[in-house]
Amino acid sequence: MPIGSTPPKYRVRIDNDRCMLCEQCIENCPYGTFRKEGNKILVNSRACTGCHRCIAMCPRDAIDLEEKPVDYRSHPIWTREAREAIYNQARTGKIILAGMGNILEVPPIFDRLLLDACQVTNPSIDPLREPMELRTYIGKKPSKVEVATKPNGDIELLTHLAPNLKCETPIMIGHMSYGAISLNAQLSLARGAAAQGTFMGTGEGGLHKHLYPYQDHMIVQVASGRFGVDIDYLERGAAIEIKIGQGAKPGIGGHLPGEKVDESVSGTRMIPVSSDAISPAPHHDIYSIEDLAQLVRGLKEATEWKKPVFVKIAAVHNVAAIASGIARSSADAVVIDGFRGGTGAAPRVFRDHVGIPIEAAVAAVDEKLRHHGVRNEVSVIASGGIRDSADVTKTIALGADAVYIGTAALISLGCRVCGSCYRGLCPWGIATQRPDLVARLDPDIMWENVSNLINGWTLEIAELMGAAGINSIESLRGNRDRLRAYMLDENLMEVLDVKTVGAGA
Amino acid sequence: MLSHYTYFADISCLESLKWGKAPFTICGSMCGIISVIDRSGEPMNGSAIKNALSLMNERGNGEGAGYAVYGAYPDYADYYALHLFYDNLVEPKAIVEQELEKWGTIEVSEMIPTSEQPRLRREHIPWRYFYKPYPKSMGTAATEEDILIHIMNKINTEIPGALLFSTGKNIGIFKASGWPEDVAEFYRIQDYEGYQWLAHNRYPTNTSGWWGGAHPFNLLDWTVVHNGEITSYGTNRRYLESFGYKCTMYTDTEVVAYLTDLLARRHALPLELALKALAPPFWDEIDNMPENERQLNTTIRMAYGSALMNGPFAIVVANSEGIAGITDRIKLRPLVAAEAGERLYISSEEAAIRVMEQDLEHIWMPRAGEPVIGRVR
Repeated sequence: MPIGSTPPKYRVRIDNDRCMLCEQCIENCPYGTFRKEGNKILVNSRACTGCHRCIAMCPRDAIDLEEKPVDYRSHPIWTREAREAIYNQARTGKIILAGMGNILEVPPIFDRLLLDACQVTNPSIDPLREPMELRTYIGKKPSKVEVATKPNGDIELLTHLAPNLKCETPIMIGHMSYGAISLNAQLSLARGAAAQGTFMGTGEGGLHKHLYPYQDHMIVQVASGRFGVDIDYLERGAAIEIKIGQGAKPGIGGHLPGEKVDESVSGTRMIPVSSDAISPAPHHDIYSIEDLAQLVRGLKEATEWKKPVFVKIAAVHNVAAIASGIARSSADAVVIDGFRGGTGAAPRVFRDHVGIPIEAAVAAVDEKLRHHGVRNEVSVIASGGIRDSADVTKTIALGADAVYIGTAALISLGCRVCGSCYRGLCPWGIATQRPDLVARLDPDIMWENVSNLINGWTLEIAELMGAAGINSIESLRGNRDRLRAYMLDENLMEVLDVKTVGAGA
Repeated sequence: MLSHYTYFADISCLESLKWGKAPFTICGSMCGIISVIDRSGEPMNGSAIKNALSLMNERGNGEGAGYAVYGAYPDYADYYALHLFYDNLVEPKAIVEQELEKWGTIEVSEMIPTSEQPRLRREHIPWRYFYKPYPKSMGTAATEEDILIHIMNKINTEIPGALLFSTGKNIGIFKASGWPEDVAEFYRIQDYEGYQWLAHNRYPTNTSGWWGGAHPFNLLDWTVVHNGEITSYGTNRRYLESFGYKCTMYTDTEVVAYLTDLLARRHALPLELALKALAPPFWDEIDNMPENERQLNTTIRMAYGSALMNGPFAIVVANSEGIAGITDRIKLRPLVAAEAGERLYISSEEAAIRVMEQDLEHIWMPRAGEPVIGRVR
């Protein structure tokens, strides 16, 4: 039963007085929004995804974009999204896929947390003039150090360190697979991360040989589909991450539409060309915590205990207890991905409704690990909706060792968060495999954007730490005394273990 | 153009500088500390240190002063000397004594002798016990120290009107809200003798005027005097709590005592290494050390990152074997050391040391983070 069309999401207009008919818009839009007829550019606004590629490339600023030009009758419950999802499913009878992160309209907890600074009684430290240390080691730490004093007074170290990743900043780049994003995007991220002395994840799509030069800065992922996993892959990574779940879609596996699986993706991922890559919801060899501990040991055994093994879970309600179980396996780090985490494609209902925010998850995990006396021995990496250096600083103060960024790193490559990643036509060359689109992203130039972003944030964190009188990131970690809650409810403040604004030391 | 910054409206990012490395030191002033050890074990009475501490009155504001003396109670050297503040001698005292008798025996129970001072308002009643715990009373593998820590936590968190602040053997802590000379006269410090002393003149900002907030702080054999503010307090506290310590004194100084106890006693690290964990070298320095030293320092820093103390501080920490002075990693508080014969002095100010000893053989400013240690022979 046809119900006609829904109102257009965008209205694109060309200012013909300004337009010089260069046809850049036509060339740049892979969705077919523009065409030329006679001496005029004509527009099909319904094709537009709001990606801004045409606007960024128009030499005359002749394009105007309006969001929701025709809206529905307003209704507080039956929002536009609610109504359109129903029209969509009435038409198709299927699960709705969506890109990028959670769009639920609740304020991030980050925005309700405020940082501290020194005045008078203790001096702030100026990072321009004094050393400021952000170096972060990710991996297992000994719970205590044992030494023996030799007869000549020399001290002999009896404790041996497990392998750790040495990061010069607490910012790492999370796992975005080859397939979900292009090789050029991965190359830009990898080179940018390496330049800043930090690390990036491969995602579950294997490791393309063009990334081998950066393998010492890459964390290889073993997910439930085991795509791209063989011993060579494991041995190339600086660390190995077992992905149990991700914040954008806890409880289910990855979704890579067959449209994005070309020859090269197929080879790297070890799956047939054009096949949909739907990873299983659980790992078929992990049905309990002891199975996970076995896989951690198995991977370590395979790589001769030379590499740290991380375990990534989505922030679900019982995240603290699960993380504690992981911490007491041989795992070196627990990665917690909050419900604002992005993705190339996830069922809309999962993206928006499953899991908990990273702020609460980090606080709960840190507390539980301390309660069990293992916090200091294992690293905690947090991710999911980290937008700037203030978010990073707050996450560390709540108890994380380091963060993964995903969407922010893609934005540094031009991504405009249009949320159409699953269509495989990303006009910025990021979430696509179409060669002409991928070619738009030149890794020899764009790696600098990634490097600059991490550098800029790192400088800002150094300034924030110095203002708080802290010259070493260890002293920020779990230092919730330096956070205050602004308009948060008492229960949440208890979970975060943070005092209200106005409360003194 | 500021090379380090970019403007919000500027879409092109500017090349940013790595932060510069130009360490320098600032001498902030808040509180004065002084400590002395006689390495031959020769006792000294409290009159000289009283004068030295009073000399630094500019560093205090009359809201807190205190003295610690090691070797104070030779007649009861095998007993734990417990010093408490009672708000009255009726309710809290009976409950405290009931708790003490649960885990051991009280040998002596007495009021600490004091003499009224016109400028000092008596807020509490100082009391002391000489006490012997029975380790077996806890059943498990608990030691005498564990029982004392349990009792201290119990009294300080659950018994209103009582504060236990001194729990060492042969150690006495004497402190109150007031100027150093008044506090000394109040407790008649000159009547006590010991082979090492620590003293503190306070300008409180955190817990103003409260007797319990005055220094020195003591835990079993450890005593601390501290000038500064620990900006990593939250990190340190949460780290200590995971080992069962409870921070009950509402001040950052107690974490110093607990951290030293954890590292030097429970983890059995040599004192130099324990102190190194609290104020470790910078990574740049560690990276350039010879291999063995680099391994040791890297391991210490990685294992004890949460014990690192940040923010400005100068500290003297002592146990019955000696005293150690240390500052934060960029020396944001002053510390000076001097030697005369068997005696080692550590103080905020050289002038204070000279009040105690005119004829110094050697006087120096320790570098940031570098411990000065004096041990009893």
